[in-house]
Amino acid sequence: MCMQAPLFECQHLVKRYGNATVVDDLSFQLQAGECLGVIGPNGAGKTTTLRMCLGLSEPDAGSIQAFGLSMPRDALAIKSRLGVVSQFDTLDPDFTCAENLRVFGTYFGMSRSAIEARVPELLEFAALTNKADAKPGQLSGGMKRRLSLARALINDPNILLLDEPTTGLDPQARHLMWERLQQLLQQGKSILLTTHFMDEAERLCNRLLLLDHGKKIAEGTPRDLISQHLEPDVVEVYGQDALALVNSPLVELAQRTETSGETVFFYTADATPLLHALNTYPGLRTLHRPANLEDLFLKMTGRQIREGA
Amino acid sequence: MRTHFRFWPVFRRNLLVWRKLVIPSLVANIAEPLMWLVAFGYGMGALIGEVTINGVQVPYLLFLASGSICMSAMNAATFEALYSAFSRMHVQKTWDGIMNAPIRLEDVLLAEMLWAAFKSLFTITAILGVMMALGITQSWKILLAWPSLLFIGITFSCLALIFNALAKGYDFFTYYFTLFLTPMMFLSGVFFPSEELPPWVRAIAEWLPLSQAIALVRPLFLDQWPSQPLLHLGVLALYAGVAWAIALHFTRKRFKT
Repeated sequence: MCMQAPLFECQHLVKRYGNATVVDDLSFQLQAGECLGVIGPNGAGKTTTLRMCLGLSEPDAGSIQAFGLSMPRDALAIKSRLGVVSQFDTLDPDFTCAENLRVFGTYFGMSRSAIEARVPELLEFAALTNKADAKPGQLSGGMKRRLSLARALINDPNILLLDEPTTGLDPQARHLMWERLQQLLQQGKSILLTTHFMDEAERLCNRLLLLDHGKKIAEGTPRDLISQHLEPDVVEVYGQDALALVNSPLVELAQRTETSGETVFFYTADATPLLHALNTYPGLRTLHRPANLEDLFLKMTGRQIREGA
Repeated sequence: MRTHFRFWPVFRRNLLVWRKLVIPSLVANIAEPLMWLVAFGYGMGALIGEVTINGVQVPYLLFLASGSICMSAMNAATFEALYSAFSRMHVQKTWDGIMNAPIRLEDVLLAEMLWAAFKSLFTITAILGVMMALGITQSWKILLAWPSLLFIGITFSCLALIFNALAKGYDFFTYYFTLFLTPMMFLSGVFFPSEELPPWVRAIAEWLPLSQAIALVRPLFLDQWPSQPLLHLGVLALYAGVAWAIALHFTRKRFKT
């Protein structure tokens, strides 16, 4: 295989359920050693895309190639080199942590000795060595997720597919998860993950794919995306009568103004004159900060809640 | 891993879980059928004495034992392929986890089907052992009942997996039991000879899978040979084959969305 060829590539994927097109002409590549993040509101098509990547759902059009093989035709050969952590834990409640890993190894046709050699390392990696004989029901949310991750690594995969790996975890557990994922990237593994957390996307991902209504609406490194689509500075203003600012001359001091509830967001290349002017409104509180991925996300997908998604 | 062996790790997974629960499972699967046998066989047997089937006088206990073992095979396979398979498929999402590995849905379904048949075989083996210990039957032909009962387990396992694939929740299985299994139990000659049924009912009842199973197994208990073994095996195989195809179709459909 040529070094430049992508490890994993989707081209013009389309998936329809009835009249609804949930994935619409989506193309992307995953390079070796890269972490690609897929972000988007609920119902944007993230999970459906992952399911197609796994051969669990057949695309209505388009192609998926991995390791020079093609999905779904070579699904089993491809999956033997993938590690998957789904959105909801599917751990076996009747098995201990160690047994969960062992049994999962047999699904890959691994020999007993290969599995036995791997289990202690994986338990240690997941910081679960002292929980080897505990059942998943006795584990915290973070431990369960790490066990799911360890389980996904049993076959020493080249690519990890992670669907919202830290949803529902407390900050300590999330940070430990991030640290482990970074370790895996350093070991040369490639990761494709979906997430709702922009700090997670910014911290872990080399590149991001922003999906909405099944379409790719932006792609690039987190920094590039922010600088391409947003003004560098944001001034948030809260407090009584903050909304009145939208009709004041202050809007001239920002490139763009948005409101959400009682908060006004000013997007600007230079916040100094604006902050100066805001000093004359003592009843208002302001927050000056650099523009981030969350601003990008909200700018591109809107602030309204996605009902029924 | 070779294609046709891919079901094995999934079957083995169920076996490993079951090994942890073997004692309570043994009690549930064996104690209940034995209670029926003892209560009805000895209790009713004393009232009824003997029944006549195909012109032969048979002690009621033996008659009941030979029918109820088929019913036990049916029930054990059905329970496993409905409640337990549904728990793994829908509640625990075990199947989803397995399919993240290089294992296909049909491998998982095949493993579940064979697993339910194995559970049924385990149950009837234990019951057969108790029946032999109690001296209910002495015929060596009972050894042939054993593979026949495995086959019966497979048929009912395939049938149950159709309903597993269609279920939204456990409550759905009540329909299968109430509308299908219970009437079949009464129509197939487990408790009384089906000769007692009105002729038109009998004509239909004869083709029910449990009737076919009993027609295959009961003579072996009576130290006789089944009159049409190939027909009964053929009908059971047809039920199993068609049910498997339908179960696979609906299971695939369920997992597509």
